[in-house]
Amino acid sequence: MIREGKVFKFGDHINTDEIIPARYLATTDPDELAKNCMEDARPGFGMREDVSGSIMVAGENFGCGSSREHAPIAIKAAGIQCVVAKSFARIFLRNCINIGLPIVELEQTDAMEEGDYLKIDFNAGQVTNTSQGAEYTTNTYPEFLQQIIQSGGWLTYATTHLAPQWVLEGERLNG
Amino acid sequence: MNTEEQRLTLTEKIFSEKAERIVKAGDYLLLDVDVALGNDITAPVAIKEFEKFGGRRVYDPERIVFVADHFTPNKDIQSAMQVKMVRDFARTHGIKNFFDVGKMGIEHVLLPEQGLVKSGDLVVGADSHTCTYGALGAFSTGVGSTDLAGVFFTGKAWFKVPEAIRVELKGKFTPGVSGKDLILHLITLLGVDGANYQALEFTGPGVAAVSMDSRFTVSNMAIEAGGKAGLFPVDAVTQEYEESRGIKVNPRSADEEAVYSRSIEIDLGTLEPTVARPFLPDNGATISTLTAEKIKIDQVVIGSCTNGRIEDLRAAAAVLGDEPIAEGLRCIILPGSQEVYLQAMREGLTEKFVSAGCAFSTPTCGPCLGGHMGILAEKEVAVSTTNRNFVGRMGHSSSEVYLASPVVAAATAVKGYLCGPDDAALERLT
Ligand code: SF4
Repeated sequence: MIREGKVFKFGDHINTDEIIPARYLATTDPDELAKNCMEDARPGFGMREDVSGSIMVAGENFGCGSSREHAPIAIKAAGIQCVVAKSFARIFLRNCINIGLPIVELEQTDAMEEGDYLKIDFNAGQVTNTSQGAEYTTNTYPEFLQQIIQSGGWLTYATTHLAPQWVLEGERLNG
Repeated sequence: MNTEEQRLTLTEKIFSEKAERIVKAGDYLLLDVDVALGNDITAPVAIKEFEKFGGRRVYDPERIVFVADHFTPNKDIQSAMQVKMVRDFARTHGIKNFFDVGKMGIEHVLLPEQGLVKSGDLVVGADSHTCTYGALGAFSTGVGSTDLAGVFFTGKAWFKVPEAIRVELKGKFTPGVSGKDLILHLITLLGVDGANYQALEFTGPGVAAVSMDSRFTVSNMAIEAGGKAGLFPVDAVTQEYEESRGIKVNPRSADEEAVYSRSIEIDLGTLEPTVARPFLPDNGATISTLTAEKIKIDQVVIGSCTNGRIEDLRAAAAVLGDEPIAEGLRCIILPGSQEVYLQAMREGLTEKFVSAGCAFSTPTCGPCLGGHMGILAEKEVAVSTTNRNFVGRMGHSSSEVYLASPVVAAATAVKGYLCGPDDAALERLT
């Protein structure tokens, strides 16, 4: 899997309230959430036309705060291709994988500038900053995790690749 | 020379066993779980997800456990509908381990007691205090409802093997001090996010002297330091407990040379009764520094998945002695399960509590999450043996909660202000 796009840069400890403020949580509609994505970190962000197809870059502990799944859903629905951060909050990381938002942990995000063009090769574990001509290696995810993300999330993956047919058709295997 | 196999944390050992190969912190795994737990708040969300993604029959009803404990006996129509959804789903799918009113207990008291989780198991639960079963030497952690739905479909969940922090215990508790004081002290040292991503592993010569009920209390609150799990080794204490449930287990512990992210040493003998002041569990202070303030308390709550076990009720009853609770203070006692309830009756504890002027309830989470059965009014102050004292956790947003052990809670109930046990109470505790 390869993801690429222009960088939008954020700082350390971006919390879920900044990603999607509680006042917008009345809806679970991804498109509505997308409009308010990052509203309290950068007002108007979700309304920009160039957000879709871009890459989000941040510092430490991205996604800290509440366990709300609305946060990664808002980012994914806004069309962000991938989030690259020094580290992610535990529940946020779990939620990203469960809903199929690609993320990468990378130490060197300080070197990246807003507007740089980034290319992430998940199979090779390589991040290339084509604007600066810099290359970084990152941990590769195991095959199954990449597939979970690619297929759009844990339950999509589970139902298409893991669950036996009878789970979906309703017959018991053995009484 | 030590091989890789001989340098594993207990966390890595359990994951290695389940994965049938040596795995290390940082590895991602897709594994069969032994047990997946849902409650009356989280199971309905998972059930809806399961149905939305086309599920018709759960993969394995044997490994699913549902406990209706948060808003039960149902406090209103909405909570009754939630439980009905879970009850109907359990019936349709042949999930035998659905615990309804009259049979239920607070989930994290109930599952070990019923032998549904055991040492060495891999457990996920859609409840953050699922880490409680680490006391048995199980790897057990809280997940979201999506993960629970995933188990409905596949029997599996995915994991990132966490690094671990070693907490080396030595010495032994002095009278009146227990697991609650240890964990409040540790959370204060670590901070509420000090163990983020990581497992806490308790080791050292002091472990043997920590009772099973105290271990449950300690593991229960690992999450309050951000921990993914809180594990104790499987030793003679665990074996005895498991045997009383008809389960045979082998000893299991981390390797001597296991690699930890950090080590902390605690001498149990130096610990004092400790409380967490409002509004975070890491806002700890020893009781001796607070008694002089004579902080007036409106309500005492003794119970919950943290301290609702028989040893907790025994300690509280011993501290009460024959004293009534203070004028103007309310005290609510919630045994953690029907078994704890019955045992408390057999031992005469229930009579003692009721005679002293306490309310004695059927098992429920109730006031712990500000649900029902003892909500705090404006500016009221409580001492509670539960695990969270966030703003508004037990009621009005201006109310305050001090987290404490059953010993401190009972001593406070008698005096009416925040305090520890007096000499006579300590005498009764030894
Ligand atoms: S007793 Fe409190 S902390 Fe424990 S499961 Fe119930 S609500 Fe959660």
